[in-house]
Amino acid sequence: MNLPPPIHALEKKHLLSISDLSVPEIEGIFQTAESFLDLSSRSVRKVPSLRGRIIVNLFYEASTRTRTSFEIAGKRLSADVINITTTQSSVVKGESLLDTVRTIEALGADGIVIRHSSSGVPQWISSQVNCHVINAGDGLREHPTQALLDLFTIQKRKKRLSGLTVAIVGDVLHSRVARSNIAAMQMMGMKVRVVGPPTLIPREAKQWGIDVFHSLRDGLEQVDVIMLLRLQLERQASGFIPSIEEYSRLFGLSPEKLSWAAPDAIVLHPGPVNRGIEIQGEEMFSERSAVLDQVHHGVAVRMAILYLLMAGGRPEEENRAPA
Amino acid sequence: MSPQGGLRVLMDSGQIGRTIRRMAHEILEHNQGTKNLCLVGILQGGAILSQRIGAVIESIEGIAPPMGTLDITLYRDDLAIRAAPPFLRESNIPFSIDDSRIVLVDDVLYTGRTVRCALDFLMDLGRPSSVQLAVLIDRGHRELPIRADIVGKSIPTSRQEKVRVLLEENNESVTLVRMSS
Repeated sequence: MNLPPPIHALEKKHLLSISDLSVPEIEGIFQTAESFLDLSSRSVRKVPSLRGRIIVNLFYEASTRTRTSFEIAGKRLSADVINITTTQSSVVKGESLLDTVRTIEALGADGIVIRHSSSGVPQWISSQVNCHVINAGDGLREHPTQALLDLFTIQKRKKRLSGLTVAIVGDVLHSRVARSNIAAMQMMGMKVRVVGPPTLIPREAKQWGIDVFHSLRDGLEQVDVIMLLRLQLERQASGFIPSIEEYSRLFGLSPEKLSWAAPDAIVLHPGPVNRGIEIQGEEMFSERSAVLDQVHHGVAVRMAILYLLMAGGRPEEENRAPA
Repeated sequence: MSPQGGLRVLMDSGQIGRTIRRMAHEILEHNQGTKNLCLVGILQGGAILSQRIGAVIESIEGIAPPMGTLDITLYRDDLAIRAAPPFLRESNIPFSIDDSRIVLVDDVLYTGRTVRCALDFLMDLGRPSSVQLAVLIDRGHRELPIRADIVGKSIPTSRQEKVRVLLEENNESVTLVRMSS
């Protein structure tokens, strides 16, 4: 009997940033996610581990896949998941963030999954409430669950992480996905490059210990993984690139440009994809694209995080426990 | 009788081997052969035991019944009162359980709560035509209305004692350990 070695438990209450995690904790999340992958092939795709718990998705920014992915993950663990879209909530009546969060906690939430356009909001919230807080993207800072599901996807495809070379292509400046991924990839021993026009690469990038390329051909040479970032069209008004057509010609991935990378390189994109801008002709290299794997694995990784953070004792019970 | 204070050997390797062979015969008798028969070991104590029983069944009938393992962690009823969530082990049922005759295998039957978890887990996987329970040791103290169909040995115990089953190669024993309070 070969039993896998015991995984490393998450010894924390919140998931706010990749830098809060250790390498064994990340490996523990991946091992746990692995056992949740089988669930989608069962006749009843649910387990009762979080029965009776309430998880609130509090999204101050638009989202389809992250919010839905957390919702499905919570429901598969039998938690009750409530979505609050701020445009339909008391936020439009002028309720402050803190009042909203305290109200949600008073309503009985055990965990809050929060996305906010201001960096640092999940950290601050976690200091104000007693329930679990999970960062689903804050400003330009972090999106830790996206980075974990990206790394899980790479590990599933490539059977390893350490030693792989990754090119992160596009709007690194505005990308919290890139920041979380760079932190996680460096922890796991991967070599990271960023590729894009100088205006979309943060000036401090070189201090992160990564290579910076402004030519796609040079940047893709011999890479094992290409991670395309979404061109944040809503932010382009401020003029970071001369034109979308030019960006697409220089930095959009096509079957021909893919041949500049290692022959077995895979392509990731956190979504939503701007078709024809970041990727052209994806149907030509669909077997190399891991975009749908990322979505599929996202549910399992988020289940693992919810399970590892929330399946133990409830936080208020811990606080009440005698010293 | 005890080689060390607080330890008492209840079964040695020879007794365990004979008991497992009898249990395999009983399973075949109950099910009139191996048709639709599957063995499912509850992790981790039941995994090796179900393989041992499966090997005896194969030696008798010439057919190895399909075998799987269940990790019941996600179905536990004490998750919320534990400090940290327990580790997950991989459940592996590589066959459809619909219309099969499942024999759940565990090493020790105690409160019955683990078996309850395993039953709930199986029902989420499909609809077996029957589920039976085979255990090497029944030590009593049930907290749920659950009983075993096939029992290796019934042993009266106190709640302060622990039954330790070792089924490693060249290291087989069933021991009663008195817990110091």
